[in-house]
Amino acid sequence: MNIMGRADDKVLEGILKTMLTIRLFEERVAEMAARKEVRCPVHLYVGQEAIASAVCANLNREDYVFSTHRSHGHYIAKQGDLNSLMAEIHGKEAGCSKGYGGSMHVVDVNAGFMGSSAIVAGTIPIAAGAALTSFLTKNNSVVSVAFFGDGATDEGVFYETVNFAALYKLPILFVCENNLFSTHLPDFKRQSNTKVYERVKNFKIRTRRINGNDPIKIYNASKWLIERIKRGEGPALLECMTYRWLAHVGHMEDLDVGHRKKEDVEFWKKKCPIKFLKRVLFRRGKISERQYEDMKKGVEAEIERAVSFAQQSPLPLAKTEKAAF
Amino acid sequence: MRMLSYSCAINEAFHQIMESDERVFQIGVGVNTPWYVGNTLTGLLDRFGERRMIDTPVSECGITGISIGAALTGLRPILTFPRMDFMYYAMDQIFNHAAIYNFSLGGHAPVPLVIRAIINRGGEQAAQHSQALQAFFMHAPGFKVVMPSNAYDAKGMLMAAVKQDDPLIFIEDRWLYEQESDVPQQGYTVPLTGAKVVSEGKDATIVASSYMVEEAKKAVESLRERQVQVELIDLRAVKPIDHGTVLASVRKTGRLLVVDGGWETGGIAAEVGFLVANLGFQDLKAPIERIALPDSPAPASCLLEKAYYPTSQTIVEKVLQLISNH
Ligand SMILES: Cc1ncc(C[n+]2csc(CCOP(=O)(O)OP(=O)(O)O)c2C)c(N)n1
Repeated sequence: MNIMGRADDKVLEGILKTMLTIRLFEERVAEMAARKEVRCPVHLYVGQEAIASAVCANLNREDYVFSTHRSHGHYIAKQGDLNSLMAEIHGKEAGCSKGYGGSMHVVDVNAGFMGSSAIVAGTIPIAAGAALTSFLTKNNSVVSVAFFGDGATDEGVFYETVNFAALYKLPILFVCENNLFSTHLPDFKRQSNTKVYERVKNFKIRTRRINGNDPIKIYNASKWLIERIKRGEGPALLECMTYRWLAHVGHMEDLDVGHRKKEDVEFWKKKCPIKFLKRVLFRRGKISERQYEDMKKGVEAEIERAVSFAQQSPLPLAKTEKAAF
Repeated sequence: MRMLSYSCAINEAFHQIMESDERVFQIGVGVNTPWYVGNTLTGLLDRFGERRMIDTPVSECGITGISIGAALTGLRPILTFPRMDFMYYAMDQIFNHAAIYNFSLGGHAPVPLVIRAIINRGGEQAAQHSQALQAFFMHAPGFKVVMPSNAYDAKGMLMAAVKQDDPLIFIEDRWLYEQESDVPQQGYTVPLTGAKVVSEGKDATIVASSYMVEEAKKAVESLRERQVQVELIDLRAVKPIDHGTVLASVRKTGRLLVVDGGWETGGIAAEVGFLVANLGFQDLKAPIERIALPDSPAPASCLLEKAYYPTSQTIVEKVLQLISNH
């Protein structure tokens, strides 16, 4: 596949800001989870920010995004409301799901973020259903994006969905965030062929495996694919190779339980997508250290506003004994 | 006395089962990590190796069918679902195959499969990480369904389950894992049918199962302080249900409260309530009552969660009502 064009520097600046927002948001959530101010389980996206940020930089508000248990990054990248996300994670009434869902069940329909599920691969067919709506009523002008991990490709429903989408040439982009693990199990202990794009290629759709920590490559590749998807050329799969820095769930690292090697974590931390893009933009003279610091301060302030918003919102109460829920 | 926790009793049962029966192996998502199964499978990987401790891809439907096939051809798989919520993907293999295979094939193809189904809820985990699906397995024909409420029964019922030839659903609740009882080290079995009278009383009967037995026990204690004598029955097996024990108790007390950790509609209470209304009608002094989860998915937020799950206090109040009104 020929990936053409060079990402506009303004777009890259936007992606940098999105990644930074996700990173700082997740670090803040981790802090609060450690202090038990956040009680629901949180699956943090630290290290994987490039994928959601760069893919969603190609999307309009009307385009759909569907997500997983590791939902915050996708929600933020699709421009979901930050305050309601933070409030949801706190289990508050002002949360995007009114406190009924917590971190794994978030939604912002106005932003085209159509929900997340805690069941592995759960939203993949649902994303294809949204693509079916676009195919039937919108002439494919709206694309549906399903984000999911490599673990989701263990499930049969993933292949059923890819086949159906390929058969009807549905406008859907499957984005597999391959972080090499499904909770404690590495890919090679679960998959006879660990290359997701190779397995899916046989459904006769466009597939590509790329560096998931390089936001520029991801942006270009997804742009190219989405343009073709919207032309009615059918679905595509983008497999982004990455790594999560923190534990599968929670604020700790998984190192303590022996699931991963410290060297691996260190290795991947050196490939930080934020540092990478910052460096590129510095080199191109597009952003100065000062501007970066200002951006960071702005993002921090936005996150602190979200935290206060969440803290000030009341906890939802069960209304009456019987019809409480 | 040898006090052992529920989860350790399960672990001990597995060590003994796997040591004595080479046909037995474990399979499921996360069987080799405490992250999924607590300490119930500790030490088994080291002892029996990966061939008998198969930690699988996230492929619930496939691995269930695979377990059925192995059971059909001479092995004794123990298939674990670390959460009942993850069983839905496998429902076709569970209900259309495991439950029916032998029946539809004229009894030529028994499926000695033990399915461990773990209830794991609370902690704001929300609707897809909290479900208690016993009613599904009671409803569809083809399974024995047990829900041991204490460490002693857990070990004994597990050892019995592996020795018999029918598909069986063994339901555990993580909230019971710390529960302790006197558990003999030697292997033993507990029958897979038959309820147990936990405490005797004359004023009302509570029928409970699994974790709700713990809550009910606390309620019985606190009611005793108020001079209310409650007979508590632990169903142990929710399919088949031991009619005799329940009916005999209601004959004595005339009042029935069924406590179920699953949803209200079509649950254990509906079944036990029908049984008593049908066969024990003349013994009833008051309408049958039930405590179960509201007909709603589990909410995340802490106060909602607190209101969602019944406790011993809910039981006490309900029994007092049951007694005072009639
Ligand atoms: C049907 C189902 N089975 C098992 C689980 C337990 N589980 C939660 S997340 C997860 C791993 C998912 O790995 P992957 O899809 O690669 O996403 P990642 O966590 O790496 O982002 C598993 C197995 C689940 N949530 N749903």
